[in-house]
Amino acid sequence: MELIELHHVCKTYHLGDIDVPVLKGVSLTVAQGELVSLMGTSGSGKSTLMNILGCLDRPSSGQYWLDGTEMSRLPSDQRALERNRKIGFVFQSFNLLPRTSAWENVAMPLAYGSEHLSDRETRRRAEEMLCRVGLKDRLDHQPSQLSGGQQQRVAIARALVNRPALLFADEPTGNLDSRTSAEVLHMFQELNDQDHITIILVTHDANVARTSRRVITIHDGVIMDGSFGLRSKAGASQIGVQPAAAAMGGVR
Amino acid sequence: MTAYRIVRTAMKALQRNPMRAMLTTLGIVIGVGAVIAMMEIGTGSSSALQKTIASMGANVVMIRPGTAASGGISFGAGTITTLTPQDYEAILRECPSVRSAAPVVRARTQVVYGSRNWVPSSIYGTTPSFLDIRDWTTLAEGSIFSERDVLTANMVCVLGQTLARELFQGQSPIGKEIRVKNVPFRVVGVLSAKGANMMGSDQDDILLAPWTTIKYRVTGTALENTNQSAGSAGSTGSVNTLSNLYPGDAPSLYPERSAVQAADNPMPVRFANIDQILTAARNTAEIAAAIEEITDVLRARHRIAPGEPEDFTVRDMTEMTNTLSSTTTLMTNLLLCVAMISLVVGGVGIMNIMFVSVTERTREIGLRMAVGARARDIMRQFLVEAVVLCMVGGAIGIVLGHGGSYLVQLLLRWPVETSPAAIAAAVLVSAGVGMVFGFYPAWKASRMDPIEALRYE
Repeated sequence: MELIELHHVCKTYHLGDIDVPVLKGVSLTVAQGELVSLMGTSGSGKSTLMNILGCLDRPSSGQYWLDGTEMSRLPSDQRALERNRKIGFVFQSFNLLPRTSAWENVAMPLAYGSEHLSDRETRRRAEEMLCRVGLKDRLDHQPSQLSGGQQQRVAIARALVNRPALLFADEPTGNLDSRTSAEVLHMFQELNDQDHITIILVTHDANVARTSRRVITIHDGVIMDGSFGLRSKAGASQIGVQPAAAAMGGVR
Repeated sequence: MTAYRIVRTAMKALQRNPMRAMLTTLGIVIGVGAVIAMMEIGTGSSSALQKTIASMGANVVMIRPGTAASGGISFGAGTITTLTPQDYEAILRECPSVRSAAPVVRARTQVVYGSRNWVPSSIYGTTPSFLDIRDWTTLAEGSIFSERDVLTANMVCVLGQTLARELFQGQSPIGKEIRVKNVPFRVVGVLSAKGANMMGSDQDDILLAPWTTIKYRVTGTALENTNQSAGSAGSTGSVNTLSNLYPGDAPSLYPERSAVQAADNPMPVRFANIDQILTAARNTAEIAAAIEEITDVLRARHRIAPGEPEDFTVRDMTEMTNTLSSTTTLMTNLLLCVAMISLVVGGVGIMNIMFVSVTERTREIGLRMAVGARARDIMRQFLVEAVVLCMVGGAIGIVLGHGGSYLVQLLLRWPVETSPAAIAAAVLVSAGVGMVFGFYPAWKASRMDPIEALRYE
């Protein structure tokens, strides 16, 4: 079983009387330890797909298996728990708590976990993660005292503090200059290589996507390319079929 | 999360915006402070008022003997001679709601000092607790006679202001000797002025002496019956023995004396009736209980079968009691209204700011949800923040309110009474206000969609 399996996932938003289909039957798999980019222009359904993959949203139809659990059926409390245990998020705008020290920002997800750590243990885990992202001497700095790259690294440490299997990065370099972007992307590669964390980079930037070994391209609610990983080449033949179906869907 | 961590998280969140937290709490601080100050000043004035009214005798319960009737002719209230000093002792002993009791023996006669004389409106034979019952314990001069004076029927007395003025004309009466119906009394004290009572009669026109002295030396009823055989020897036995008044009494211990023996050697019978028993209930609320207990004790002592009419009447100062309790209720309700209004205003302030806070921290809420906070975690966080704000505000309010009332006491000399109940109520109410007014914003926060919240600008 792969880490992520998506079977014919559709998502339709209801705006008043109008149904807006955003995802039109997406199937894909991601294996444990992959570094994947999810590419698409804005309005392509990329964010919606990421929300579903990140268990923040539920598909209208279809199945989503994450690490052997069927996520699309779980109630929201259960999904919150799964998010806490299995998924880390890194956002474009960092989303750090203002006026809160770096280590406390990193320790925040631990408060919602099922393992009740002592204060010492919590702090130790947070410090360990900050060391891992190279912010050993910035433990007690507040976000306003950190540069953009450092803030994003704090965010990465926060995403990793619960030791998740899966890391989502939504436009992680969108607010960074090219040099710090490269640093952050390098860090993702390193995490993928050394710790075998599965990483999904959501981006519209081809340069960013290039750092990953596999690129999934989504356009107009269907996957154009890269549905199945290198290890499941067998499915590749299906890929050619889907755009045609999508095109027909678009015409209709 | 443990309760400690939840509170700590809330404290940290509040610390991130100390200015706003402070301004928010200000509403509660003022609310609770006002409540505490009002309560303390209010209870102070209320109890001062109660004390004033109580000094008019609001807690007094009077027991008077019932009506004697003979052949269909009633002799009016207080004519039956069945109330005894033993009754008063029993009431004191057996009625828990009665704080104090005193027998009263009345006389009306001339009081003479030197060349001056006066007939005081009341000459009361009683015990020292009379003054305690009437809230009259401060004397202008000297002191009250003692219990020992009562036991030994000493000829000492205490004068009211009017009487002292009429007889002594400004001189000090202490140690002087006055005569009451030719019995010499030494003046040991002068009462403080009390003025007229509610009916307008002068309460200072009074002479107090031990009831034994008045009974046996001044009015002389008992002595008259025993010593002077002027009347009929037979009447001695028939009127003054308890065994006749209370059928079913224990049989006599001594052999019956013959009529000759009685005539030769008359025995002083020390039976004495008293005109009235004054008792004071412990407080206004216990008056009803006191009346019930007294009635039970006296019915048992007087051996009145159930259903039989009582040979005594028990009265309280209903008019005054009603005034007193209605004043207190009015005060309490008024203060409660003020307290409620200020707390509601404070609570609305809290709700406002919590809404602002929830809106401002939408992204934080989204983030917390994304990293695994459940709806109830978010709800709890904001609820605890509101409650912490209110509790801190309440604590500061208590200190400020207490300080304020202390200042009022110091500067304006108003009576102030610390009320632990008000403090406890303020703590509970401020926590409650936090809960109630924090609930809606917290609920709104917990209902947020993490995706929308994360995208919120």
